[in-house]
Amino acid sequence: MTTDRIIKQTWLFMMMVVMLVAAPLFAGEVEIQENISFVDQLLRTLSLRDYNTRLVLTGTTLLGLASGVMGTYMLLRRRSLIGDALGHATFPGIALAFMIMVAFGGEGKSLPGLLIGAAVTGLLGVGAVVFIRHWTRLKEDAALGIVLSVWFGIGVALMGLVQSMPGADAAGLESFIYGKTASMVQSDAILIAGAAVTVVIVCTLLFKEFAILSFDVDLARTQGWPLVKIDLIMMLLVTLVVVVGLQAVGLILVVALLIIPAVAARFWTQRLYLMIWIAALIGALSGLVGAGITNLFAGLPAGAVIVLTGSSIFLISLIFGSYRGLVVLLTRRVRLNRRVRYQHLLRALWEAGELKQRASQSQDCITLKWLLQQRAWSQRSLQRLLKSAQRKDLLLFDPNKETVRLTKSGEIEASRVVRNHRLWELYLIHYADIAPSHVDRDADSVEHVIGTDLVRELESAIADAGDVLRPPPSPHKLGVQS
Amino acid sequence: MIWDSTDTWIVVIGVLAGISSALLGSYLLLRRMSLMGDAISHAVLPGLAIAFLVTLSRDSVSMFIGAAILGVLTAIVTQILHRNGKVEENASLGVVFTTLFALGLILISLFANKVHLDASCVLYGNIVLSTLDQVSVWGWMVPRAAVVLFIVLLIDIAAIAILFKELRITSFDPAMADTVGFNPWICQYILMSLVAVTAVAAFEVVGSILVVAMIIVPPATAYLLTDRLLVMLVLSVVFGALAAGFGHVAAITVPIWFGFEDTETAGMMAVLAGIFFLLALLGAPRYGILGRLVYRVSLSLRIAREDVLGFLYRAEELRSDQAHSWQAGSIGQAVGISPSLARIALVGLHRAGQIVRHDRSWSLTNQGRNRAASLVRSHRLWETYLAKHFDLPLDHVHRAAMDLEHVTDASMQVALSREVNNPSIDPHGKPMPEAKDQENDPQ
Repeated sequence: MTTDRIIKQTWLFMMMVVMLVAAPLFAGEVEIQENISFVDQLLRTLSLRDYNTRLVLTGTTLLGLASGVMGTYMLLRRRSLIGDALGHATFPGIALAFMIMVAFGGEGKSLPGLLIGAAVTGLLGVGAVVFIRHWTRLKEDAALGIVLSVWFGIGVALMGLVQSMPGADAAGLESFIYGKTASMVQSDAILIAGAAVTVVIVCTLLFKEFAILSFDVDLARTQGWPLVKIDLIMMLLVTLVVVVGLQAVGLILVVALLIIPAVAARFWTQRLYLMIWIAALIGALSGLVGAGITNLFAGLPAGAVIVLTGSSIFLISLIFGSYRGLVVLLTRRVRLNRRVRYQHLLRALWEAGELKQRASQSQDCITLKWLLQQRAWSQRSLQRLLKSAQRKDLLLFDPNKETVRLTKSGEIEASRVVRNHRLWELYLIHYADIAPSHVDRDADSVEHVIGTDLVRELESAIADAGDVLRPPPSPHKLGVQS
Repeated sequence: MIWDSTDTWIVVIGVLAGISSALLGSYLLLRRMSLMGDAISHAVLPGLAIAFLVTLSRDSVSMFIGAAILGVLTAIVTQILHRNGKVEENASLGVVFTTLFALGLILISLFANKVHLDASCVLYGNIVLSTLDQVSVWGWMVPRAAVVLFIVLLIDIAAIAILFKELRITSFDPAMADTVGFNPWICQYILMSLVAVTAVAAFEVVGSILVVAMIIVPPATAYLLTDRLLVMLVLSVVFGALAAGFGHVAAITVPIWFGFEDTETAGMMAVLAGIFFLLALLGAPRYGILGRLVYRVSLSLRIAREDVLGFLYRAEELRSDQAHSWQAGSIGQAVGISPSLARIALVGLHRAGQIVRHDRSWSLTNQGRNRAASLVRSHRLWETYLAKHFDLPLDHVHRAAMDLEHVTDASMQVALSREVNNPSIDPHGKPMPEAKDQENDPQ
């Protein structure tokens, strides 16, 4: 990561943030029309004509972006569910802050006050998780579960008290549990934008610190990084995202925003820098599309729709992801299997040739019957394999006489495979002290994946390595032992 | 405090819910799957909504089937994502349950006119209302919720009794279960469906959060107190029941002390469970924090006492012709402990009759000298052993022997001595104290 790239990265992020923040804040209110058609509504949403739509979309998009960034770090640190505990642990803070503010004669619903309360108990909850894990024999899962349920229980009990407080209007506090996306106001959007900008700036400045904490805590410790401070900053940022997210999507679903974009991004890349970008993008997209859909269909809970949008993107990533997606994995596996099948066939043919040569028979006529005994393949699969190998010009197959013969290029490929196989066998015999009668099966699975570098190394390690067209003799008896 | 039949029923319902949850939770805790309880209690929401839509009734059986299917589904999908998608286990759990919860919320809001299910009722439950919906059982009017929870509890107990051996082996050693021919996954899925059914039965009444609290917290409390499965099950059930019972009492009394009216029973039940956990966390004999602190302090006191003894012995050895007398401050400095700790150690030794006081200084009694000789003998035997077997340079063995001498008992000393051929001097050339009979040894 060079300074240049850091600056570029900051710029891109900042541009994104500024564009999104600027749009709603400088817009004037537009009159609200009643009874508009669906198409009209779609157009209005797409063109961002309504002030309120713009506000909500900006807020949810930025929230998705920020939580995507922080979620990536949480995923890499295997702390995905800390957001769950954190989210639930904010609840008593909201109730408590409300009670304190009312007790001191305030109105009780000042947003900053509530959010500070939420952050305080949230952080206390995280501290308790760390404490329980460190001081007892309970594992992480139990620690998280204890904190989230007990803290939430405290919150529920306090809410019960709030309801009976004289002169306090507690209606609306529950929106922190389910979110109130649709009724977002300008100050909410500004709050989220502020949080998003903070997250982006701090993550850019501390990119190296966060990276080392995510990947190699031990290295960081031995190099003398101030781990506790870095960790604290990271957790503060997560708390910030969760707390501003409470308003938008509710405390249960803000957990989803912290997890889903990051997990989805993992299917596309293994580079941290890219992963953060992709997670931020997926988070932002979920927020944008989810809030957009809610705007089109009245009555849907916005938080849930945003989360489901994220889940859909996750599903797409799971299947089509370019790094770990199922399609990629499957293709890779199919290709490998095909290669393995060819190589097994070629080696069987080569070894058959060797046996016949030793018995001074004609090498041309290796029969299908003989081949069938060599491996666990059925007649049909073997015939299919032979035909496709013939198409690749590796061998000549006579379906009438049921005989097989290697072509010139097949011979070269076969000798290479056999050589790799035997080099590995010899290596196992010499260096791993495995009996010659036992090496065949081990080498069988390794021969397909030895690269050229490894072959060079094996050549230098084994004296009688032969060359490509003349593999070393097999260290064990060839053919099927009956 | 006004107590009427409603309060009694609330406690009964809470206790029933607490017992079922705590029973299953114990197994989840042992399998390190506590959060599965949290996840399932959120993830069953779409199952409930679909069950409502299909049957158009609040029929318990269809609700339970829907919940059980979703519970098992959560477990299976999480497992698939973890294994085949290579997603970290907690993260895959998080993806699955939040998605299902979101789906459930959307289903409920889409079909709000058909589904009489309020999302906030899922979170909090409504224990007071649930006592009003009563059915007649053999002529008694009993809340429907209590009947349902009682049946669920019976199912849970029956399943655990029948599968006790299987659940135990798959919880503690899944690999072993596999090798003896028992598929751990079957147990897993049975457990997950039980959790789902229990969660649904309970959270209509007490809310999903209390279910989570009861699934996780009482078993965790019991886990800090015992190492035995059966004891842990009993203890977690007791804690679950106590938390539920006292939770309601606390909900209607505690707020009044502070000038409020009563509060949510479900919340207070979770808080009580948390308080029990906190008490166990602090006071558990072996795994509690106080217990461990006491052990740690007493250990460092014993080490300080033994170091002081050893020091006095060595001082005698060096200047055997002189009167040997030392003050607390200088002893502390020489042994490397603070003067106050040295003073505490000296008082302890004095009370044990191992040292005597002359004016302002201290010297060994015969009994103390024997004990000290044994300690110094352990120390020097260790030095010899380390020098002989570990090839440590001579200036490195002292520090290691300083630690080891405190944990060496009589039989170990004999074995050690035999191992290094009963030497008469240590590697530094100091004389090896004779082995005394060990009857004075406090160990």
